[in-house]
Amino acid sequence: MFGFHYRLERKAIGLVLAIIGVASIGGIVEIAPLFTIHQTVEDAPDMRVYTPLELAGRNIYIREGCYACHSQMIRTLRDEVERYGPYSLAVESKYDHPMLWGSKRTGPDLARIGNKYSDEWQVEHLNNPRDVVPESVMPAYTWLLRTKLRTDDLSNHLRAQRTVGVPYTDDMIANAAADAYGQAAPDSPQADGVVTRYGKATTVRPFDGRPDELTEMDALVAYLQILGRLTDAAHKPIASAEK
Amino acid sequence: MIAELTTNERQTALVILLALAVTGLAMAIAGQGDPFGVHGALVMVVAIAGVFTVISGYYAPEPSDSRLDSYYDTPTKFGIVVAMIWAVIAMFVGDWVAWLLAYPNLTFDAAWSSFGRLRPVHTSGVIFGFGGNALIATSFYVMQRTSRARLPDQLSPWFVLLGYNLFCIVAATGYLMGVTQSKEYAEPEWYADIWLVIVWVAYFVLYLRTLARRKEPHIYVANWYYLAFILVVAMLHIVNNLAVPISWGSAKSYSLFSGVQDAMTEWWYGHNAVAFFLTSGFLGMLYYYMPKRAGRPIYSYRMSIISFWGITFFYMWAGSHHLHYTALPQWVQSLGMTFSVMLLIPSWVSAGNALMTLNGAWNKVRDDAVLRFMMVAAVFYGLTTFEGSFMAIRPVNSLSHYTDWTVGHVHAGALGWVAMITFGAIYASVPWLWKRETMYSPRLVEVHFWLALAGTVIYVFAMWNSGIIQGLMWRTYNESGTLAYSFVDSLVAMHPYYIARAVGGVFFLLGTAIGLYNIWMTIRTAPRAASELAADRPVLAGAPALQAGE
Repeated sequence: MFGFHYRLERKAIGLVLAIIGVASIGGIVEIAPLFTIHQTVEDAPDMRVYTPLELAGRNIYIREGCYACHSQMIRTLRDEVERYGPYSLAVESKYDHPMLWGSKRTGPDLARIGNKYSDEWQVEHLNNPRDVVPESVMPAYTWLLRTKLRTDDLSNHLRAQRTVGVPYTDDMIANAAADAYGQAAPDSPQADGVVTRYGKATTVRPFDGRPDELTEMDALVAYLQILGRLTDAAHKPIASAEK
Repeated sequence: MIAELTTNERQTALVILLALAVTGLAMAIAGQGDPFGVHGALVMVVAIAGVFTVISGYYAPEPSDSRLDSYYDTPTKFGIVVAMIWAVIAMFVGDWVAWLLAYPNLTFDAAWSSFGRLRPVHTSGVIFGFGGNALIATSFYVMQRTSRARLPDQLSPWFVLLGYNLFCIVAATGYLMGVTQSKEYAEPEWYADIWLVIVWVAYFVLYLRTLARRKEPHIYVANWYYLAFILVVAMLHIVNNLAVPISWGSAKSYSLFSGVQDAMTEWWYGHNAVAFFLTSGFLGMLYYYMPKRAGRPIYSYRMSIISFWGITFFYMWAGSHHLHYTALPQWVQSLGMTFSVMLLIPSWVSAGNALMTLNGAWNKVRDDAVLRFMMVAAVFYGLTTFEGSFMAIRPVNSLSHYTDWTVGHVHAGALGWVAMITFGAIYASVPWLWKRETMYSPRLVEVHFWLALAGTVIYVFAMWNSGIIQGLMWRTYNESGTLAYSFVDSLVAMHPYYIARAVGGVFFLLGTAIGLYNIWMTIRTAPRAASELAADRPVLAGAPALQAGE
């Protein structure tokens, strides 16, 4: 073995090929089967895609680095299930490009934060967390309420999402900007289209309390309120029977 | 700098810079109203500044052929100074965000200065800015000496170094504007990623060309590690960053992978960024600078071989230990845990090999703070790899994951191992490179050593405490069988440790700043050494190559 190495280390290309070969094995064995073994991701026929407004909110969540302090992955541990809700299933992040499972909980897990607090609470909290939770160390995101949401490129966002495998229809892509507006303005003519395209269960509300203006706050709150609610799969008995 | 390039190289540099300026202009136009356009303008300005620099030196006389009698060290000098500047900036930002966790209002009411945007500036700044520059700079130094060959040309090392720093600047300014992929330690967006691939290919080619010119039949172990660093980081970077941009005029892209596959790919990348950026590359550094400084040969050739291939093979399996108890299939978790535990063997063989190398030179460790930096680095390397394997065990991970323990573990490695070995290597090479007798102030090196060590210990102990308390509070039940503490209770309990951690960070930052000052003063004011190092030059083309066993 050492004699072989004695010869190998005299050949730069041999060394390069050996390193590539040896280093490739682990990734190939662990990652490739995840794409081919069907049971890796559960079936959830009722799962819906993010609306344009929720997707925009998700991008704000990414932009502000929320994932650095909040996980979206409830582990299969008793205390986590009791604190946060049913443990997370793979299918729940099937449309998450990229996933936001996180690695650190400076703040609590958010996988099932949707509908746990009111819109008003979320707005107050994001604007200045210490107004509602005095002990909080979360940053105050004061600019969300005063920044208008950019919607002109939402069709591009949906189209790129479709390229990577999220089933957005042509109709959804064409109406992305209007749907984003409609979802936060229930009395507007655009509101009906959102429900038609994304389903009756879609939340159509003036998330930041001001239906006339579409802000980044609307988008982020809309996203937080849908977390854990794209599918019911985790709440069904079949999920717990897998234990 | 320009005077050291041949006329041909000056022309090539101009072509590259003009192409870059045009690309920047195109980006600026396509990306109007988007951070993409801002980055285009930035690239263009940088490229035009480069064009002017080249033109201003264009008519300087060509370097004489006598340059070929010596190693080409100007890029290394540049890289070392830049690495230290990045270190001071990125550690300052790191300490700032550490204070924010204790006092969240210690910032401006502006988006760029919020925790979530500053944090990647810290992580990328220390890993890529400080670590990456130090690795590239020392690799140029080491590959020339261990090959006894000068770099093949003068332009490509500059392309690699300056191109790499352009990547770092685009990354850091991007975070402040909210440009991020959210993939931890792979935050830069698609266009920065593509640029890094170009730079990295040039780096790899440069490395191979230098090795091809070597006058030593064997490739020294430090080069195996640098090679693994270059190759595997390229592999990881390309696969993990596969993404579809939403348009050619936008910074935003969507990852090709989603959910569980994305999580596994990300942590396969993330953990091996630790392995091949923060371990392999720095082991390359250790294998050259420690024996040189100690004046002792590496203790065991065979241990070097075992640990090198063990690390290269085992590490690539270990990433899934970041996903214990998650929606990742359990078979992958088990594989990750198993290989993480096995990884302890090559890791400790490396650490042991390093420490045994010091046998017979322990008096130097006592007297020489530079060598002591390297010794402490090897000790922390051993401690951190043990802790890492331990934390990868599923039940241990159920406690440690998501807590500050992980943060403490990372910093034991980053401060105790990566930064310490880098400081050691830099302090060793600065007098060699600038032909000085010693550092400007050996006393300040000593001060830096103790500040760095104290800072690391304070930091790590604070995070051990907070992490374990956090983990225990989250899972504590009261007599009636319900959870005893709210999340906020655990947060309040962290407060004193967050302050302690930030204080530890101040110590470490202060040490780094002193280091930069000391290096700067060495360059500026120290007298030249009496005699140049006669042996420190390449074997010339006409001379016969050395044979094995000589």
